[in-house]
Amino acid sequence: MTVQTVIETRVKGLTFATIPAGEGLAKALAMPRGDIIDLISDSKLKGRGGAGFPTGLKWNLAAAEKRTPKYLICNADEGEPGTFKDRVILTDYADLVIEGMTIGARAIGAALGLIYLRAEYAYLKPHLEEVIEARRGQGLLGKNIGGVDGFDFDVVVGLGAGAYVCGEETALIESLEGFRGEPRNRPPFPVVSGFLHRPSVINNVETLAWVACILAKGAEWFKSSGTATSTGRKLFSISGDCARPGVYEFPFGITIAELLEEVGGENAKAVQVGGASGRCVPRSAFSRRIAFEDVPTGGSIIVIGPGRDMLEVAHNLLEFFVDESCGQCTPCRLGNAKLLEGVEMLMEGTCTSEYLHDLRALCNTMQVASKCGLGQTSSVAFCSILDSFGDEILGHAGRVR
Amino acid sequence: MALITERDRLREDVIAIAELTGFNRSSLIPILQEIKAKYGGIDSYAMQLIADVLDIHPVEVYGVATFYAFLRPETEGRFVFRLCRTLSCEFAGKDLVARQLREDLGLEFGETSPDGAFTLTWTNCLGMCDQGPAMLVNDRVYTQLTPAKVRTIVDEYRTLVEEQGVERVSERAR
Amino acid sequence: MSELIETEFPPKGDKTYSPKRRAPLSQLFEPLAEPESLDAIGATVTVTIDGIETKVPFGTTILQAAKSLGIRIPTLCYHPDLEVAGICRICVVEVEGQRTLQAACSYPITAPIRVNTYSKAVRVARRHILDLLLSEHCGDCYTCIRNGNCELQALAEEYGVDKFRFGHPEVPVPVDTSSYSVVRDMNKCIRCRRCVRTCIDLQEVGVLEAVERSNKVRITTFLDKPLLNVVCINCGQCINRCPTAALYATPALHTVWEALDDPTKHVVIQTAPSPRAGMGELFGLPPGTSVTGEMNTALRRIGFDRVFDTNFAADLTIIEEGTELILRLYKALALGDKDVALPQFTSCSPGWVKYLEHFYPEYIPNLSSAKSPQQMFGALIKTYYAEKMGLDPADIVSVALMPCSAKKFECNRPEMWSSGYKDVDFGLTTRELGKMFHQAGIHLPSLPKSDFDSPFGTATGSGLIFGVTGGVMESALRTVLELVTGRKVESIYEQGDVIPVRGFQGIRYAEINVPEVGPVPDIVKHLVPDWNWLKGATLKVAVAHGTANAKKVMEDIKAGGHFSECHFIEFMACPGGCLGGGGQPIPTNAEIRAARAKAIYSEEKTLSVRKSYENPAVQRMYAEFLTDGPCGHKSHQLLHTKYRARGKFIE
Repeated sequence: MTVQTVIETRVKGLTFATIPAGEGLAKALAMPRGDIIDLISDSKLKGRGGAGFPTGLKWNLAAAEKRTPKYLICNADEGEPGTFKDRVILTDYADLVIEGMTIGARAIGAALGLIYLRAEYAYLKPHLEEVIEARRGQGLLGKNIGGVDGFDFDVVVGLGAGAYVCGEETALIESLEGFRGEPRNRPPFPVVSGFLHRPSVINNVETLAWVACILAKGAEWFKSSGTATSTGRKLFSISGDCARPGVYEFPFGITIAELLEEVGGENAKAVQVGGASGRCVPRSAFSRRIAFEDVPTGGSIIVIGPGRDMLEVAHNLLEFFVDESCGQCTPCRLGNAKLLEGVEMLMEGTCTSEYLHDLRALCNTMQVASKCGLGQTSSVAFCSILDSFGDEILGHAGRVR
Repeated sequence: MALITERDRLREDVIAIAELTGFNRSSLIPILQEIKAKYGGIDSYAMQLIADVLDIHPVEVYGVATFYAFLRPETEGRFVFRLCRTLSCEFAGKDLVARQLREDLGLEFGETSPDGAFTLTWTNCLGMCDQGPAMLVNDRVYTQLTPAKVRTIVDEYRTLVEEQGVERVSERAR
Repeated sequence: MSELIETEFPPKGDKTYSPKRRAPLSQLFEPLAEPESLDAIGATVTVTIDGIETKVPFGTTILQAAKSLGIRIPTLCYHPDLEVAGICRICVVEVEGQRTLQAACSYPITAPIRVNTYSKAVRVARRHILDLLLSEHCGDCYTCIRNGNCELQALAEEYGVDKFRFGHPEVPVPVDTSSYSVVRDMNKCIRCRRCVRTCIDLQEVGVLEAVERSNKVRITTFLDKPLLNVVCINCGQCINRCPTAALYATPALHTVWEALDDPTKHVVIQTAPSPRAGMGELFGLPPGTSVTGEMNTALRRIGFDRVFDTNFAADLTIIEEGTELILRLYKALALGDKDVALPQFTSCSPGWVKYLEHFYPEYIPNLSSAKSPQQMFGALIKTYYAEKMGLDPADIVSVALMPCSAKKFECNRPEMWSSGYKDVDFGLTTRELGKMFHQAGIHLPSLPKSDFDSPFGTATGSGLIFGVTGGVMESALRTVLELVTGRKVESIYEQGDVIPVRGFQGIRYAEINVPEVGPVPDIVKHLVPDWNWLKGATLKVAVAHGTANAKKVMEDIKAGGHFSECHFIEFMACPGGCLGGGGQPIPTNAEIRAARAKAIYSEEKTLSVRKSYENPAVQRMYAEFLTDGPCGHKSHQLLHTKYRARGKFIE
């Protein structure tokens, strides 16, 4: 083939490049199990997938469960539009991720780890399996890991099949069990009853890699960057209208303006933070900080240049959700389609202001009444575009009757 | 002695995968993936057979296969072109690439060529947002597409089809 | 649930593993472990709902807690017979401190919480959900079969829906009318998936499932094939649980009216026991009100020429099926014939029969060849009765009032022409007949009572209890025990109630000892010389209702488990037996079914003759018409049938 598979993602400033695998696990194996969780809790590490649940707390809950076997699942279903940092991590630092899984398994007492890899990344499966096999060879997976008597843990790779919703942890479990990827009722949460009804911890790829780093370098090191509530550094997937897209690492608390300067997107008119399910931040709010307490994100930053039509942006994002909703609960199943229809009416100039008002109210219902995170967030971007770019949208001749 | 039919072969395939992954519901998606990769689609008999082997209902297999974008039961071409349509790729100019693909493959999105060689379809984010427009051809990813690149890629796959026909070679190692 | 768990994943090469759980977990609600005693510390939690404080057991759902306080929270996807899905979201409530609203049906109370069930956010959300559901609900209420008994309609009224805020579909999709029993109208479907959970979880037939995703989700059959061509057993349980008119029984009432209107036709109706226990519900009576006498009057009033009691044929079924059992046992126990198919399975439930034909065709020899009471009666009406009345069978229209949707299929089986005509012309459900009464302006509860017509008038209690799970078994045992022991069954069981086979437990097993035998009575003298071979034997019997339970028994038999040692097993396709049938009034739940059962059992107590073989009309039938006796040549011709191996693979 003359046209080669091109994966040349620009990568800048990654801590993972400076921490060799092995160190974290060695330290973890020398500690009592409870201390591992304490260390992670102390670091205040929060889930890097976007929801930001404290990892230490999640592990503590799973560790407290008596039922066995327990499972540790690595969520590598990176489907959020605009995010690709997990792909980079899995390509270059899979060792760290699997080490993080092993440490987590040690902490909660998991017997088996599963990596749920999205179908779009199927080409990474052989690579991951090589890394796993190599670790088995080194005695870092399998029986009596690291010479610790009775510490058995292994990792298998499961492949997704093309469904964004499977990034939702309970949908992911359904998918692993061979069902349609439809989120479950929560509670009970997976830490109590997850894969095959057993206590299961689901962590994002990046979270697990940070776990290995925190074990290696300590909680203080981790906390030395970031903000008080959003500690540490974070990988960002930068794409869209900027000069230098790629994967960057920044401490939490960075302002959007600072971030844009780094990536060459200073003249942006807006930034879609957090992917399709995130919010659209207009230029006037670029002084906001990226952190769980201000503008949260799983790391997806799509820069929207000055020439872009915001209604087109909303249309594209809603098309995505209309395609990817699991179709289980009413608000999400039908709501997204109604919003998309509304955007199309706006484009044609057939949407009355009264109907637009109805749609705005529907967004609120979708956000509070949907069964899972997908439905609760799918209308956020549309709402923020309406709020920030109302004049642009309504200003177009004939857009609102 | 009875002839070994296609159906017998299919049964052997399904059981062979289940032997590896287990005769339980968790094996459903791996089985569907393998059958899809090998046969390009999952027909009525295959779904009933899989249901029989896993002791579930055929309609459940149907429900799962239609849920996942990569498990669509209808038979697809030997090479499935999936062009990303999500925001970053849209910004990067996916529309032009889409047009070129339609022209060069002679297919609309959602169509499969009558000879069974190609399928053209949209897909959602491929995680190649920094290098859009991006597409997958089966498991292979192509980035920073331009109309010229598309032409070369399609030509190469056409040559491949002319040389090898539309029979699938198992591309994914068991 | 513990038996579901695999300790190893993936379990390598374990062919014996079979998943017990058939529905997606997303549609299951995992109840928390119940506290052992409500006095234990932490066994109860305080919950405040709409300002009212109460204590509930740990893990109670908000919906249950609210119900106990008399607060009604609207539901659509929730059904008490089914697993909790939590997908329609109409039951959302506000839980103080939670960012989002919570589905009351699936939220377990594990800590003290304060709940508001009608806050502004809740009301707005519910209204939006209704608006959204109506935006894909095609059709008008006044042209709908469920008008007046539709959960969506009721909620639309309650929430004051005055316009289609998000639109209303204009162009209907085709309706699937292929089945003899069940119509699927997807225009009315609201994707609550009650039918899916009914078909996959409750019945384990697996015909209906949700396919595709997002707004393309639809509930359909395998590859969208017509219902007639898939493995549907016509049980109609999905109909009973559908909140709208997406599923309903194939209507026959118009053709029945036509027959009644036609003066050249002699229209007769036979009525099964269960509709009498359910019909009252359609006239505002509480469940469990028996309206047998009133119904007889009403049937005559709307023009039926004769009103017969299916129980008469049920008594015949007992004689035929019981004789068949005795013959099988005789061959196996006395003659040592190893090829006799035992246990013998009952064949009264057409849903069960079709289930077996699809999923266990290799066990067709075990199925009693005796027809169901409906079809026995049908064959006799167009032969014996026609002869006796001097009527041309071609002029007789034979209608059967049944609690059942599968009976509509059964009467259309090509095997059911043994009189030379279609033995039963139409099956009518309880709901349909209720509608006919309404159309005729009849208020059932205020009618005088009247009896059934001769020559089949009298029936026994045995026939009556066919309507309840375990009833066929109890009736058979009463007759068989008396025939064999020569003793009154009342001397064995108090008042002749064979309690061990009663109840609503899904599968029941009983052993009956035969300590002594009597002389062989005349009725079976031509078949067995004596009973000595039964002396000291233990009859092993079992009862299963709902095909999910039937499946458990069948799998056990296949594996050579203890059910394979049974002699006789009663299977009913519907949970609760016929009284919970797919033709019965909607809604249904465990309490309603129990009340209907109570009505049947208490009516039975009032009957003087309670054993089938003592029925004088039955005795006359054998004396005058079926002169070569039970399982004789004529009875084989008219009262027995054949089955077909259908298998579960479809082309």
